[in-house]
Amino acid sequence: MHRDNRLAYWRANLRLVAVCLTIWFVCSYVFGILLVEELNAIRIGGFQLGFWFAQQGSIYVFVLLIIFYAWRMNHIDKKFDVHED
Amino acid sequence: MSLKALTYVVVGFTFALYIGIAIWSRAHNTRDFYIAGKGVSPIANGMATAADWMSAASFISMAGLIAFLGYDGSVYLMGWTGGYVLLALLLAPYLRKFGKFTVPEFIAERYYSKTARIVAVICLIFISFTYVAGQMRGVGIVFSRFLEVDVTVGLIIGMGIVFTYAVLGGMKGITYTQVAQYCVLIFAYTVPAVFIAIQITGNPIPQLAFGSEITGTGTALLDKLDDIVTSLGFNQYTSGTKSRIDVFCITMALMVGTAGLPHVIVRFFTVPKVRDARASAGYALLFIAILYTTAPAVGSMARYNLINTIQPGEIGAVDGNLLYDERPNWFRTWEQTGLVTFEDRNGDGRVQYYDDRNPAFSRQAEAFGWRGNELGVDRDIMVLANPEIAGLPNWVIALVAAGGIAAALSTAAGLLLVISAAVSHDLIKGIFMPRISETNELRAGRVAAAFAILVAGYLGFDPPGWVAQVVAFAFGLAAASLFPVILLGIFSKRVNREGAIAGMLTGLLFTYGYIEYFKGLFLKWAGAPWGDNVAQNWLFGISPEGIGVIGMCLNFAVAIAVSTMTRPPPEHIRHMVEHIRVPRHRESET
Repeated sequence: MHRDNRLAYWRANLRLVAVCLTIWFVCSYVFGILLVEELNAIRIGGFQLGFWFAQQGSIYVFVLLIIFYAWRMNHIDKKFDVHED
Repeated sequence: MSLKALTYVVVGFTFALYIGIAIWSRAHNTRDFYIAGKGVSPIANGMATAADWMSAASFISMAGLIAFLGYDGSVYLMGWTGGYVLLALLLAPYLRKFGKFTVPEFIAERYYSKTARIVAVICLIFISFTYVAGQMRGVGIVFSRFLEVDVTVGLIIGMGIVFTYAVLGGMKGITYTQVAQYCVLIFAYTVPAVFIAIQITGNPIPQLAFGSEITGTGTALLDKLDDIVTSLGFNQYTSGTKSRIDVFCITMALMVGTAGLPHVIVRFFTVPKVRDARASAGYALLFIAILYTTAPAVGSMARYNLINTIQPGEIGAVDGNLLYDERPNWFRTWEQTGLVTFEDRNGDGRVQYYDDRNPAFSRQAEAFGWRGNELGVDRDIMVLANPEIAGLPNWVIALVAAGGIAAALSTAAGLLLVISAAVSHDLIKGIFMPRISETNELRAGRVAAAFAILVAGYLGFDPPGWVAQVVAFAFGLAAASLFPVILLGIFSKRVNREGAIAGMLTGLLFTYGYIEYFKGLFLKWAGAPWGDNVAQNWLFGISPEGIGVIGMCLNFAVAIAVSTMTRPPPEHIRHMVEHIRVPRHRESET
């Protein structure tokens, strides 16, 4: 029973990590590097979108991702009753 | 008050502050010395991590680097921030749960092997010393530039300050000094950036000014910049020259390397709880992002300012270029330091600045009567001269000096501490003298820190030619050696001692060998580098800066393959892995 709980907790964590790392990869490597020229055809304000992702957007996404992960994990910790006091 | 006097006052005040903090928070035992007694709040640790992370190079050189590289500079922006996502999601919470003092200690226990610990210590010392040598050089240069003393004198002052608070305060002293240093450096960085943003675009937030129109022209800053740099023969600002695979690999090597750098990882050992470790990584990156999103904005605006100053009129027109006799004050100031140089090749008394290595544009330039580029600009000028270019008061310039010094000192101190911990805790206590007393271990830690400062100071005083290059490679080596085995140690229960040792050695040797082959590090006497460092020769078109990614993949592959062919780890190791994966175990389970 406890073992099942631990396994379920670990799987929930891995799922969350996978989602976050996918976003991490897409916003930096895909938008900022692999598809940069294609995205540069789109403009937001004075920026070309691909260039913006490479020099600004990816960094904002990184910060938000960590905050989101920390917040969700606190939630998951509580749900599986493994949170610290 | 003169600028020099004001700089002395501001810098002197910050030094007094750092030493005061170090005395107040000095270490009383090894827990304090190695991991600040695990009592650091996540926000304070976030600031300390940010100061630890952002070196003199980030503060002084990065904006200028991006100003000249344009899009290609993105590798540094993404590479030196994205690693924190890996840290927060894959390493920090689990290593904090493990709850010991050093990175090699984790590797030793997880892989139940003293050999693994020694290999990890070797990787750590190699990575940290190459990194710290560059920092000490930076300390010396920053001191000499701002306080107008000799580089050697600057280096000795810097060593003295770091010595005082690292040896006395250990991790605890360093952490709280770094909090103060972060505040100084971020304030010093953003104030000039805000003023320049207002001057050029009218928008006070640099990150937004970056994408705004230049006041009174109706043209966006980046479009205008693309236009003027290409019309002077330079590469377009918003697109790159490196191949995609190389940009991809360099970015990844820097990201994974960040997550594998021992002096960054160990910062997450200092917080009280697992969830603090996660939150702390978020704060750290937030504080880092303030500088890292400002830097490219500063870079683009500084490049625009520079070209506008040199080329106020039409390109090719007789009076299109700046008259040397009418050069602005900052030009004169920084000419004295050699960071700006001018040589009137065509003898017209005006300054021409263009890309004379671009054959098509050079022919055109000759038709204008230009005889080659006449202006030399050191990239550091982009941050250092900003306050003067923007016409800001002297106290801002003094503040930038204090900020640069804070950035250099905080990084050097963090690195020296992990070196001393590796020596006193991993080598002396862990391997040679397991029964050493707490008091003696603390003493050994202090002696090791003092010794590391002397070695680092020597390397900074007399840098082997390769130091500057090796700093970049420290990331590749960290990515290829430490990161994979730490990650596997947490996420796999099957990877064993044999796999980890084989993996670390493969990653380290492959990456080191590739760099040696193309750049030449230690084996210059034997004829290295052996290969021409050009894209045609590179493996898969990946430069030595990005090769750590391949080293990392090899490390993973070898570690997993060797593990499946040898005996699985003993039962207690599998329990240990289960233990670090969960923040708290219920009473009945422990």
